[in-house]
Amino acid sequence: MREILIALLLWTGGLFMFIAAIGIVRLPGLYMRMHAATKVGTLGISGLILAAMLDFADMAVTTQGFLVIIFFYLTAPIAAHMISRAAYYSGVKMVAHSVVDELKEARENGEEKKA
Amino acid sequence: MKMFLVNIILALIWGAMSGEMTFASFLLGYIVGYILLLLTQRFTGAESRYFGKVWHILLFIVFFLKEMLVASLRVAYDVLTPTHHNRPGIIKYSVEGMTDIEITLLAKVISLTPGTLTMDVSEDGKWIYIHAMFIDDPDVLRQAIKATIEKRLMEVLR
Repeated sequence: MREILIALLLWTGGLFMFIAAIGIVRLPGLYMRMHAATKVGTLGISGLILAAMLDFADMAVTTQGFLVIIFFYLTAPIAAHMISRAAYYSGVKMVAHSVVDELKEARENGEEKKA
Repeated sequence: MKMFLVNIILALIWGAMSGEMTFASFLLGYIVGYILLLLTQRFTGAESRYFGKVWHILLFIVFFLKEMLVASLRVAYDVLTPTHHNRPGIIKYSVEGMTDIEITLLAKVISLTPGTLTMDVSEDGKWIYIHAMFIDDPDVLRQAIKATIEKRLMEVLR
């Protein structure tokens, strides 16, 4: 029973990481690639670490595993935020079929600083 | 906060008593401690806010994991199928009246939910700008964030 659960977690974790990797190549534009890289990847990592925690099943590995997952969830969004923000302010364009850009409107109205 | 510490200590005592300090025994000790504190609430004068808050936090974690899985599958679907369904854009979201720590946490949770990514916070701290992958109507998306993520987060924080 436990083996099945571990295998399932490893599979889903690995699959999500794989999808994240394909996403980085296939999605158009920097911003959407950030979506694939940070979030689907984080989910994949959590799956792998949960599998390791279940497999070892002792206090030391479990606490460390939890810490790894927590720090991943704490740092990944900050990195994504900083990279996309830096990209936007240094003039990286959004893909052509983008629907709205309210940040651009705000900057043109003078609500936000220009650069 | 004080009740949380008491509960943790009860869980540690439970673990020490049962002679094995595993994660399962700690969890069991926490649950038993929670029930004991709830039952003896009248005598100890425990803050009753704590008991509701534990549930709010648990519900928030469950809600967050569910949201993350569903949205990840949506991104995965877009990655794996040959045609792109995404309709990306940047929307403005009002965070007026929130404290700095609340804005930070909200921005983090928004970033971690796939399909939305916090890009910038306005200078005056009244707006955050969110890059979203699937926008059918900016107002509908704003409403969705307000009704789900912000509402749940505020239940936990306030």
